[in-house]
Amino acid sequence: MTALLFASAIGVFTACGVWLLLRARTFDVVLGITLFSYAVNLFIFAMGRLTFGAAAILEQGKPASLAHYADPLPQALVLTAIVISFAMSALVLTLALKGRIVNHGDACDEETGSVLDNSHR
Amino acid sequence: MMPMPDQWLIMPVVLPLLAAALLLCIERVRPNWQAPVSLVVTIALLLLSMRLLALADTGRIGVYLLGNWQAPFGIVLVLDRLAALMLGLTAVIALASLVAAWRMAGRGEHFHAFFQLQLAGLNGAFLTGDVFNLFVFFEVLLIASYALMLHGAGGRALRTGLHFVVINLVGASLFLIAASLLYGVTGTLNFADLAAKLAILPAWNAGLARAAALLLLVVFGVKAALLPLGFWLPETYGSAPGPVAALFAIMTKVGIYAIIRVSFTVFGGMGDGSEGLLAGWGSSILFALGLSTIVLGACGVLATKRLIALVAHLVLISSGTLIAATTLGAAALGGALYYLVHSTLTIAALFLIAHAIADQRGPRSDRFGNGPSLAQPVFLGLAFLIGAMGVAGLPPLSGFIGKVLMLQGSGQAPMATWFWAGVLGSGLLALFSLARAGGSMFWKTHGAAVGLPVPAGTRTGLAVLGVAVLLWVVGAGSVARFTRTTAEQLGQPQAYIDAVLRQVPQPPFARSSP
Repeated sequence: MTALLFASAIGVFTACGVWLLLRARTFDVVLGITLFSYAVNLFIFAMGRLTFGAAAILEQGKPASLAHYADPLPQALVLTAIVISFAMSALVLTLALKGRIVNHGDACDEETGSVLDNSHR
Repeated sequence: MMPMPDQWLIMPVVLPLLAAALLLCIERVRPNWQAPVSLVVTIALLLLSMRLLALADTGRIGVYLLGNWQAPFGIVLVLDRLAALMLGLTAVIALASLVAAWRMAGRGEHFHAFFQLQLAGLNGAFLTGDVFNLFVFFEVLLIASYALMLHGAGGRALRTGLHFVVINLVGASLFLIAASLLYGVTGTLNFADLAAKLAILPAWNAGLARAAALLLLVVFGVKAALLPLGFWLPETYGSAPGPVAALFAIMTKVGIYAIIRVSFTVFGGMGDGSEGLLAGWGSSILFALGLSTIVLGACGVLATKRLIALVAHLVLISSGTLIAATTLGAAALGGALYYLVHSTLTIAALFLIAHAIADQRGPRSDRFGNGPSLAQPVFLGLAFLIGAMGVAGLPPLSGFIGKVLMLQGSGQAPMATWFWAGVLGSGLLALFSLARAGGSMFWKTHGAAVGLPVPAGTRTGLAVLGVAVLLWVVGAGSVARFTRTTAEQLGQPQAYIDAVLRQVPQPPFARSSP
């Protein structure tokens, strides 16, 4: 049941992310990237297998096998991925803001952009 | 105590990283020192990469264990012939691009710091022996490239820059999915360990591993501008400043390097045949995509009305040719590696030349058609002629040798006819378009020259690239031998696996008692 919930959460995030990514406005695209990176982070986490009540730190008296512990590596990978995607989102937002100031609008394709350019002239 | 030769492997990553930090520190205090410092570091990188090239040419695979952790548990840097070749190419392009950017660097902030960060990312991507680490270095070089591309940019460049950033971010997300899928299937991220585990993968997991491999192919296809994923390239390269576009000539080659590395080293032993993932349908798909990329690039070259966009479409042709050639067996791959270096050098030079021509044509810029006379028609004309001959593959230059090596190598492959048609046809079309462009730029002129002469930096950058191309022609025999052994080394991933997994951590330093 948890696996099903987890998998569908990843699916919903991905679907929303992709839909937003395909829109022609920078703000939507930024939101899309963010949602998509959430989905990816959850997916990385799931690749270490879902475990219950298990830590990633060795305890005394428990045999040192993955049957008794959570896999620590995907958790480390998720941390790295979160940091990088956070930095990237900041970068895209900066670019979007600068583009909004310079181009008078947050359109990110040529057609919508030229319509906006003309309406501002 | 003699330093171990493998300790040198970390230097191409650490040196530019430290330089970038230093450049940020001195930017406010000593702004005039930035360019000399950056130049010294880049020359040091060139010398270092020559040293590493000599090291790799012995046939030994160098392994550096980061933090002295045993191979599959820690991160490794691995130096084989292919990695050394790419490091050397990066250093040459970087040097040419840096001297060409000498004047431009003052136009925005942090140019030199970003330049060095980009070099650190490139070198790291070529040296790393770990999937996740490859992702990290991709991000490092991409962040730096966004900044370099938008250096002092205005409205339209901002919009195309955003496209470039977004498509690469999506690519990065797919890369993460592929890497974690591989981890979920095999429990490792190390190239060598992955190759060993994939060779004995149970059949019920092979589908997932293949899915991960194809996802990786999509990611690297975005970088290499493979057909359905390469539409961002002409606009992006077309709006980047000249020296940056020259540096970007190596960026599509990162994608091609990654495709070669993953399909030969990592997935080389997988599946029923010894050719691994590239055997059978995977290889056919890649070949067809490479060929279509050539066709698209050739159409773009014919259709475009601007010189810089024309050169950007030549990048597509080069990418497509290389990708198609990697699927045609070891001999063709050896030729392709020769051609890879040649086409990177000439395309970088053509970007510099095209921007120099555009600068001298005033408001007409690089658009074809009637424009003002050039200030230096002879110098630019000769440079353009040599560059065009090189990129189209006419005899005295290395493009010809590279194409001959690739075509000869593809002789036995069933798809060789298509490859011959693609390579020769695209060369002819490129030659035709370049001749038309040159005629329009140099002969259809009126009035007095309005532009200033080409800056000394650009001339020096062109000289660096010219010398490199010349060495590539003069030393063609030994270079071709080197690239052939490189292809053979890639065909035997077992040596790579053994070298990485059997590398013993250094013993701790013995402390001498007082």
